[in-house]
Amino acid sequence: MTEAATTAGAATSFVERSGPIEWASLPRRTVTVYLPLACFVIVLLFPFYWMAITTFKSNEELYDYKNFNPFWVSSPTLANVNKLLFQTDYPSWLVTTMTVAVVSTFLSLVASVLAAYAIQRLRFKGSQWVGLAIYLAYLVPPSILFIPLATMVYQLGLFDSPMALILTYPTFLIPFCTWLLIGYFKSIPYELEECALIDGATRLQILWQITLPLAVPGLISAGIFAFTLSWNEFIYALAFIQSAEKKTVPVAVLTQLVEGDVYHWGSLMAGALLGSIPVAIFYSFFVEYYVSSLTGAVKE
Amino acid sequence: MAVTTQRVTLPPVEQSWIARLFDWKPFLVFICMLPAVGLLLVFLTYPLGLGIWLAFTDTRIGRPGEWIGFENYISLLQDDTYLMAVWWTFFYTLVATIGKFALGLWLALLLNHHLPFKSFIRAIILIPWIVPTVLSAIAFWWIYDPQFSIISYILVDKLGLFDHYIDFLGDTWNARWSLIAANIWRGIPFVAICLLAGLQTISPSLYEAAMIDGASAWQRFRYVTFPMLMPILAVVLTFSVIFTFTDFQLVYAITRGGPANSTHLMATLAFQRAIPGGQLGEGAAIAVSMIPFLVFATVFSYFALARRKWQQGGKDD
Repeated sequence: MTEAATTAGAATSFVERSGPIEWASLPRRTVTVYLPLACFVIVLLFPFYWMAITTFKSNEELYDYKNFNPFWVSSPTLANVNKLLFQTDYPSWLVTTMTVAVVSTFLSLVASVLAAYAIQRLRFKGSQWVGLAIYLAYLVPPSILFIPLATMVYQLGLFDSPMALILTYPTFLIPFCTWLLIGYFKSIPYELEECALIDGATRLQILWQITLPLAVPGLISAGIFAFTLSWNEFIYALAFIQSAEKKTVPVAVLTQLVEGDVYHWGSLMAGALLGSIPVAIFYSFFVEYYVSSLTGAVKE
Repeated sequence: MAVTTQRVTLPPVEQSWIARLFDWKPFLVFICMLPAVGLLLVFLTYPLGLGIWLAFTDTRIGRPGEWIGFENYISLLQDDTYLMAVWWTFFYTLVATIGKFALGLWLALLLNHHLPFKSFIRAIILIPWIVPTVLSAIAFWWIYDPQFSIISYILVDKLGLFDHYIDFLGDTWNARWSLIAANIWRGIPFVAICLLAGLQTISPSLYEAAMIDGASAWQRFRYVTFPMLMPILAVVLTFSVIFTFTDFQLVYAITRGGPANSTHLMATLAFQRAIPGGQLGEGAAIAVSMIPFLVFATVFSYFALARRKWQQGGKDD
């Protein structure tokens, strides 16, 4: 990250001092840079704006574009949010999703830290191949696994239980987190561990007291990635959970809030908005870690 | 508390057998790899094999299947819905990937300029990628509503380009293009941020050298930016292709395969047949038929990565 930041800094200073590359005058720059960028931002954010604004519209305003300006709310109402929170199982969906995301993230982090440490630091025979196999596991998409997993979950007696999700989510979380942490452990100097070994520390003490504290930024990146991935997961939750009250937010909003052919767009949008807010908040706290791990993982 | 020196010499460190076991490397490796490898073997490798086996059986929900060989595939090859899904999956992947990379690269190049509030813009641009796909898909569903679509409202009532509201999801091709648009929308941030990281690692001295040689802006892009970006582009491209090819959420949330099964991807069709339809064997056969393409894409990715190390003069570690 620091390297990327310094090259970025170098790039900007270069841009400022060399005439020809930025010969563009302000009007030209506006047309070639600011205008397209503004279009991108507007298009990328519009669905969320639309989601938010629909949430706070009353029904007569929602379906009447002639008398009300559709891009603004003239009389905001909390009726949709209220209906969602107190007349549906929304709170329990939120709790389920949160529990599943937190537990599976924790489980995957523990497994990935140990695996990444073994692959990167203990360097046993064939560790490269195990590393490659874990990388390949990331490329196996849930879409081809959910059918056999559904039969397994059924045989294990976990069908319709959050436990099924907690156990299956690590299949896509572990490969990603391990991969990210291997890269991170690589950046920690090996000499520190050698010193500790000479001082008589055991391997587990080294992992716990030397390597892990140094790898905290990597752990945070892996943790937020795992959390957002499990919050966003859809196909397993759709296939393994049947009871309305045990569903996760993304599945429940889609399957429980649509009653027959009548779409209550207000409460649907409220459900989508409230389901997006926790990840958005979580993300905003850690955005720098997120971006750097995203780009770092791809670079490595 | 008085400081006492009752014992000056410490007894020799007596390591318990547990401590010694944990310092024995093979055991330590075993313990460290056990959780990850165990979970992946049980919930990834085994289901993968089970899925391939299921594809050759006539398993239904609640009834164990029997080996029927290639019957599932023979019937699928005569199934117009399946053939349409295969064709549409390839078309969807191709068009959506081209769109994502063209627009994503453009956005990355824009973000690579010296901009005010750069990190803020970078942060909010990632939002479509952070938010659960299904939830943003629901927003698209509402945007594509036949009666109250905001796009129709702008095109018809404000700009007067059409004389009637567009039926985004009711017509085959409209629905297809709508899905592709939603997929591109969701994919742009990831592509742009990854390519931006690649752009930032390109040394400014290369541009300086190119400028001294009198290269135009297009030539600088074509002969400096693009080749330097190629390795990262190849990796991001493979990931994007694999995850677009096996996409499920967007299509399931927006059209559920309709109208008249014309927008079923292979993944949604597999779900449709296996879980609500109960034909686990047939669903597995559809899902397994995606594997050859995934293997091809992965092998391509592997060689792209290997080539990159070779380009940088690194060894294959």
